[in-house]
Amino acid sequence: MSKANVSINVEHLTRVEGHGNIVVDVKDGEVKKCLWEVTEAPRFFEAMVRGRRWDELHHITARICGICSIGHTFASLKATEKALDVQVTEQTVKLRKLLLHMENLQSHILHVGYLVVPDLFGVGSVIPLASSHPDEVLTVVRVHRLSNEVCDIVGGRTTHPIRCTVGGWTMWPTVKELQYLKKRFLEGVEDLKALAGVVKSVAGKIPPFERETEYIGLVSDEEYALYDGDIGSTDAGRFPVEEYLDVTNEFIVRHSTAKHAKNKRDAYMVGALARFNLNHKQLTPLAKEVAEMLGLKAICTNPYMISVAQVVECVHSVEDSIRLTDELLADGIKDEKPSKVEVKAGRGIASDDVPRGILFHDYEYDKDGLCVAANGVIPTNQNHENIQKDLEALVPSILDKDEKEIELFCEMLVRAYDPCISCSAHAVKVKLNIR
Amino acid sequence: MKPKVAFFDFAGCEGDQLQIANLEEDLLEVLKLVDIVSFREVMKEHSDDYDIAFIEGSITRESDEARLKKIRENAKVLVAIGACATIGGINCLKNLQSMDEVKKIVYGDKADWFETYPARPVDAVVPVDYYVHGCPIDKGEFVKVLKALLLGVKPDIPNYPVCVECKKNENVCVFEKGMFCLGPVTRAGCSSRCVNNGSICWGCRGLVDDPNINAEKEVLEKYGLSVDDALKMLRLYDTYSEVVK
Repeated sequence: MSKANVSINVEHLTRVEGHGNIVVDVKDGEVKKCLWEVTEAPRFFEAMVRGRRWDELHHITARICGICSIGHTFASLKATEKALDVQVTEQTVKLRKLLLHMENLQSHILHVGYLVVPDLFGVGSVIPLASSHPDEVLTVVRVHRLSNEVCDIVGGRTTHPIRCTVGGWTMWPTVKELQYLKKRFLEGVEDLKALAGVVKSVAGKIPPFERETEYIGLVSDEEYALYDGDIGSTDAGRFPVEEYLDVTNEFIVRHSTAKHAKNKRDAYMVGALARFNLNHKQLTPLAKEVAEMLGLKAICTNPYMISVAQVVECVHSVEDSIRLTDELLADGIKDEKPSKVEVKAGRGIASDDVPRGILFHDYEYDKDGLCVAANGVIPTNQNHENIQKDLEALVPSILDKDEKEIELFCEMLVRAYDPCISCSAHAVKVKLNIR
Repeated sequence: MKPKVAFFDFAGCEGDQLQIANLEEDLLEVLKLVDIVSFREVMKEHSDDYDIAFIEGSITRESDEARLKKIRENAKVLVAIGACATIGGINCLKNLQSMDEVKKIVYGDKADWFETYPARPVDAVVPVDYYVHGCPIDKGEFVKVLKALLLGVKPDIPNYPVCVECKKNENVCVFEKGMFCLGPVTRAGCSSRCVNNGSICWGCRGLVDDPNINAEKEVLEKYGLSVDDALKMLRLYDTYSEVVK
């Protein structure tokens, strides 16, 4: 085909969470327009929580996102606990880490297994794969079910957890339940090894594309940080979470109801690949093996490899859950009522690193414990500008391909980021005009 | 021929569609009974030819109304799923402030770039045939409603309060524990899941059709709570309801 004129317009990109468009316009071999647009209806959480009480905020803000509801719950609880000077026990933290691992597993396996893999097999969805590759699909379903079972047992529900509250938990898993979970984790490791093999078999289809950028995520001396830590950057070093505004620098663009962010460069990346690039030395042994088998090496600058980093993190999350469960069983589960809260005025800023990247919640309460100001900086918002810069670099490099293939590569790029558009508009849609 | 089913979402967290993905192996069974022709979150294909449309999310922009009306025209049966779609849900919390203020809080001096109006449930814009309540929906209840629709019978959605189920589950009453609960006026069908897990009823399934307001007031009096407390709590999910206004 003629390379001179390409017009791609992907309206409402599929197999992503939320509404976004890719618009690419190429005329006479020159890229005229190349835009990642978010058109999701904005929801205004920062306004919604004003006037609500300290013990309701986590319940409301969990509902920013169905997929990351656990991560939002913990960022929220930690922010409130900081504002009100509430301490939590070691058991509370271990159970929170366990639940966060299972959200990471649930989200990543849904993304890789149901949303990304169809592109690598050249089909439109996972549905035809259920007939053509039943064993592989059933393995994905089993791992997905494992994560959901754990969330049910530990959190009280798979989405929007019930048992998590300011100062601790309203209920705890029993010893018998934890023993059952350990058995399920061990089965999960075997399933994940099999899936890593499937990903390796189609890894050749992952487009070769490199673009250097800044990678940002939580970092900790203790572990591969998800629940807590400092802000880490591959360009700029380490900062306390309280300085999040100086790192995220959110800005507003007209073509997107979701905010964008930048730090040292014109854009930065958060999420599984950013965390891998920052913290790979702290992965569990099997996760390191799988990374090596799949050719993932830090610093990896190919955004399509985010999906591979997600597979590596799935293994890490299950292996580390075995450790946490062993420790909880060894310590014995104690009936610990949530810590007592004395209401006072205060501000709390907290962060955790959720499936799509580092997340910040920042609340200010008055003396009655009513929220007077709130801010949330969501992973996908931090990735939007990086997606935009990737598209701008990618499109000119693939103009020798036919239009369908260009469209697919653009779609796959955005999909690799696993954008959570509901979150980011606390808001995605795709329009590709390659003309 | 298998009925054609489509899923659509407006302003919400997509947690309800996630519950459908969470059906796991049962989802493969559902796929034997229906053809899913549109489900943007999981598939690339899309068709406007469908019998049953499931809608998640609230309507928060005038520009979304045309899309919703088109779906209503195309569908023989329209089902609202999840609190945002059935009763407006937490999105309506912003309705308590002026839209100018709300936009300013989030977008500052760029507030004029973006469109929003007071959030509303789906039936405020188009007629809804059936409701799957909850935040999030219960996947078992979703399958129950889908089965009823496939058999051509009306789905049986409870019209009694959560307290009925909670008593059967032998929970200690939340009020007895010194906490506040919306169980006495909230539509059952969740098997009092939140209370079973040590929490309170937050009211996500909306009010029963004819809530016993007097009984609720008696309960409030008995435990030294005010109607204002109750209303504030009800506004969490049900700001849009006439009763709460």
